[in-house]
Amino acid sequence: MKFRIYRYNPETDDAPYMQDYDLSIDAGDKMLLDAILLIKEQDDSLSLRKSCREGVCGSDAMNINGRNGLACITQLSELKQPIELRPLPGLPVIRDLVVDMTQFFKQYHSIKPYLVNNDPPPETERLQSVTARAELDGLYECILCGCCTTACPSFWWNPDKFVGPAGLLQAYRFLADTRDQATAERLDNLEDPYRLFRCHSIMNCVDVCPKELNPTRAIAKIKDMMVKRIV
Amino acid sequence: MTISKRTFDVVVVGAGGSGMRAALAMSEAGLKVAVLSKVFPTRSHTVAAQGGIAASLGNVTEDNWHWHMYDTVKGSDYLGDQDAIEFMCRAAPEVVYELEHFGMPFDRLDNGKIYQRPFGGHMQDYGKNPVQRACAAADRTGHALLHTLYQQNVKANTNFFVEWMALDLIRDEDGDVLGVTAMEIETGEVMILHARATLFATGGAGRIFSASTNAYINTGDGLGMAARAGIPLEDMEFFQFHPTGVYGAGVLITEGVRGEGGYLVNRDGERFMQRYAPNAKDLASRDVVSRAMATEIKEGRGCGPRGDHVLLKLDHLGDDVIRHRLPGIREISLKFAHVDPAQAPIPVVPTAHYMMGGIPTNYHGQVVAPYKTGPEEVVQGFYAVGECACVSVHGANRLGCNSLLDLLVFGREAARQIIEDLARNPHPKPLPPDAAERPLARLARLDTQKEGESVAEVGDAMRHVMQAHCGVFRFPDLLAEGVKQIGEVAVRARNTVIKDKSRIFNTARVEALELDNLIEVAQATMHSAAAREESRGGHARDDFPLRDDVKWLKHSLYFSAGERLDYKPVRLKPLTVESFPLKARVY
Ligand SMILES: Cc1cc2nc3c(=O)[nH]c(=O)nc-3n(C[C@H](O)[C@H](O)[C@H](O)COP(=O)(O)OP(=O)(O)OC[C@H]3O[C@@H](n4cnc5c(N)ncnc54)[C@H](O)[C@@H]3O)c2cc1C
Ligand code: SF4
Ligand code: SF4
Ligand code: FES
Repeated sequence: MKFRIYRYNPETDDAPYMQDYDLSIDAGDKMLLDAILLIKEQDDSLSLRKSCREGVCGSDAMNINGRNGLACITQLSELKQPIELRPLPGLPVIRDLVVDMTQFFKQYHSIKPYLVNNDPPPETERLQSVTARAELDGLYECILCGCCTTACPSFWWNPDKFVGPAGLLQAYRFLADTRDQATAERLDNLEDPYRLFRCHSIMNCVDVCPKELNPTRAIAKIKDMMVKRIV
Repeated sequence: MTISKRTFDVVVVGAGGSGMRAALAMSEAGLKVAVLSKVFPTRSHTVAAQGGIAASLGNVTEDNWHWHMYDTVKGSDYLGDQDAIEFMCRAAPEVVYELEHFGMPFDRLDNGKIYQRPFGGHMQDYGKNPVQRACAAADRTGHALLHTLYQQNVKANTNFFVEWMALDLIRDEDGDVLGVTAMEIETGEVMILHARATLFATGGAGRIFSASTNAYINTGDGLGMAARAGIPLEDMEFFQFHPTGVYGAGVLITEGVRGEGGYLVNRDGERFMQRYAPNAKDLASRDVVSRAMATEIKEGRGCGPRGDHVLLKLDHLGDDVIRHRLPGIREISLKFAHVDPAQAPIPVVPTAHYMMGGIPTNYHGQVVAPYKTGPEEVVQGFYAVGECACVSVHGANRLGCNSLLDLLVFGREAARQIIEDLARNPHPKPLPPDAAERPLARLARLDTQKEGESVAEVGDAMRHVMQAHCGVFRFPDLLAEGVKQIGEVAVRARNTVIKDKSRIFNTARVEALELDNLIEVAQATMHSAAAREESRGGHARDDFPLRDDVKWLKHSLYFSAGERLDYKPVRLKPLTVESFPLKARVY
C-alpha cells in the first residue's frame, strides 16, 4: 500500500516535506495505526503519539486523507491510496505527526472544567435523577483528541480567543450537570464576542468527531442559555 | 551532557487514576508536587477501564464490606494480605462517594443513587449469590474516573510535567530514595527531580505479552526503575489473563457484559461455564473462567475454523440494553470484531490483562523491602500505588473492579502518609554525586550504538517468549526453556540500535528505554513462575495442579541483581476482624 506522510524535524529540516512509503501489507481488518507502526519499524525516525490503540485515549489524532481522525480506529481498507497523513491542522508542529497542543488545552482549562458545588458534601452520594444524568450523555465521553477544534475554521483564525468546539462541549457538560452551581459564572466566562460567539455553525467539528459527539448542538444550547438569561 | 536540577517536596511518577488521586490530596495540602507523565494525564491507561469500581454501597442488593473482604481474600486465592484487604474494602464506600462529589458522572438508579452492576467473584453473604457491587458510568467507568480526577487537579493547580519520562530512581548509599532523573520527550532534555518523597504510580506492564488488553505505554517503567535500583519485585508470577479479549485484536470486552447477562459458549453452543462453576457460572473469578476457556479450546471445543477461541453471546440482552449500558462495547465490537453484538456473538480469547505483582508496599503505600533487619523494612522516601505496586490486595488473582478501587484507596492513603512523613522530615538529604550516572549511561549507549538489532525485533522476541512459555497454563519444560530464552533476549536488549539520534520528540529512543523496563518485568515474571511449584490464582502449573499452602503460602520476591528469588510470609491477620481461614476455592 502507498503512503505519503508529512515529515518535519526542526533539528535537521529547513522545511516540511512529504515522504512516500510503500508497505506490503494485507489491509484485511487492520487499522491505520497498525500500518503506521509497521512503517515505523522500517524507519524509526517517524514520530507520532499513540497509546490505547482502541480510540479512548485521544493520542493519535491526525489528518488522514484530508480529514481529522484517530489512526487506531480508522479501517485501513477504507482509505484511498496513496494514504496521505498530516499533523492536525492549525497547531504548531513539533515534529512529523506530533503537534503542540498547548493552545488546545489552554482553551479547555479556560472554561473551568470541573464540578463546582460549594455545599458541604452529604455522607453518601449526591442524588441525581436518571433523566438529569442522561443530560450528560454525549458530553462527558469526550477524549480531548482535538480532531474537532483543529478542523474548525473559527479556531484556526482565533486560537487564542475562541474556545473551540472541544472546550465548549465541556463547558456545556458542566452547565448541564444538575450538581453544578456555577451556571452564572460559566455563562459570564463565555459572554464575549469571541469565546463562544465565533462559532458560525459550520459543523466541521461534528463531522470529524471520532466519538460521534456533537459540539455544535452543545454550543447552540449554551447560546440558548445566554438568551434565556437576558430575558 | 549538562543536566538541570529542580527540587520539590514530592515527585509523583504517573498521572493515571492512582497518581492523580494522590496528587490531588497533596496539592490540596499545599505541598510542592511535580507529577510526571509520559502522556497527557487523560491519556493514561486508566481511561480504558470499562466495567466499574467495587464498593459495598448496597444500592441495589444488600451488601457490606465484610462480604467484599471475603470475596477479595477468596479471589486472591488466599495470597492477599488481609490487613490491606480489610483496609481497602472498609474504605471503598467513602472513596466512591468522594469521587461522586468530585463530579464523576456515575449512572443512576431510579432513586437517584449510583447504579451498581454484578461482576465476577463479587458475592453476597460470604460467597452465596452474585451481588451488585460494581459502581459504573456506562462501560466507560475508567474514562469518567480519570477525567474527573484530572479536572479536580486542574482546580487544585497541580503541577504536571506532561510528556516527561522518568528514567531512573535516585538512591543514596543509605538506600534512601531522593527523587528521579527524567527526560522531557519534546526536547530530549534530562533533569534531576530532587524530592523528599517519590511516589511511583506508573501502571501495568501488559506489553510483555503479544496478546494484551494494555496500551502501548504500559511498559512497567516503575518496576524497571525499582529493579535497577535494587528493590525486589513481589509476586510477579501472578499475571491475570482476562477471559474476554477480542479474538485477534486483544481489545478488552468488559466482564460487565457477563454482569449484564451475557455468557460464553463453545462450538456446540454449550454454556460451558455451568460445568466449571455451577454456582457463579460466567461470573466466577477471572482465573477460573480463563482456564475453563483454555481447556475448552485445548479439548477441541473451540470455535472458528482453527477452533482457537470461544464466543461471548449477548444478543439476548436486546439492542436497548446494549446501547444504553454497554455503548463502548458495542463500538469496540463493531470496529474490532466486525459484529453487531445485538445480532451475533463476539469471538473472544483469554488475553494478558493485569499484573497482580509489583513493587512491594505496606497498606500506607510505603515501599517495603528486605534491607537490614527484616523482610518488610520501609525504604525511606519511596512510595508506590496502583497497578505498579503490590500491597498486596489482589494476591494471586484480582477481582474485577477492585483495581480502580485500589487506585483511589491507596492513592489517597499514600498521600496521607507522605504528608505525615514530610512533616517529620523537613530537610531534603543531599544528592549523591552519581545521581544521574545510570540514566546518562543508558542514553549515551543509545546515542553511540551504531549496529545491532532494532528495538522492535528484540521486543517481538520477548513478547513471543512470554506468550509461548508463561501463559494461562504453564508447563515445566516450557518454563525452564523460557527462563533460558528470556535471559538471552535480555542480553540482546542491551545491544539494540536506534537510527534516529534526534533530540526532538524521539519516540524511537523512548521505546528503547521502555524495552529496558519491559525486560526487567519479563525476567521477574518468568523466574518467579518457574520457581513456584503449585497452582494458585493466575498461576496455573500443569505439573502441580493444586494449591499447596504448606510450601507456597508465601509471597515471592525477585531481585534483578543475580536473578535471585526470596520469599516472605503472607499477612493473614486483618486489622480488626478475624482472619478468613484457608479454604478450597469453588465458585
Ligand atoms: C482495558 C482495561 C479495562 C479495565 N477495566 C477495569 C475495570 O472496569 N475496573 C477495574 O477496577 N479495573 C479495570 N482495569 C484495571 C485498571 O484499569 C488498571 O489497573 C488501572 O487503571 C491502573 O491505574 P494506574 O493509576 O496504576 O496506572 P495507569 O492509569 O496505567 O497510569 C500510569 C501512568 O504512569 C505514567 N508513566 C508510566 N511510566 C512512566 C515514566 N517512565 N515516566 C513518567 N510517567 C510514566 C503514564 O504516563 C500514566 O500517566 C482495566 C484495565 C484494562 C487494561
Ligand atoms: S460548528 Fe462552530 S465549533 Fe464547530 S467547526 Fe463550526 S465554527 Fe467550529
Ligand atoms: S469532541 Fe470529539 S473530536 Fe472533539 S476533542 Fe472531544 S472526542 Fe475529540
Ligand atoms: S491510540 Fe488512543 S485514541 Fe488512538
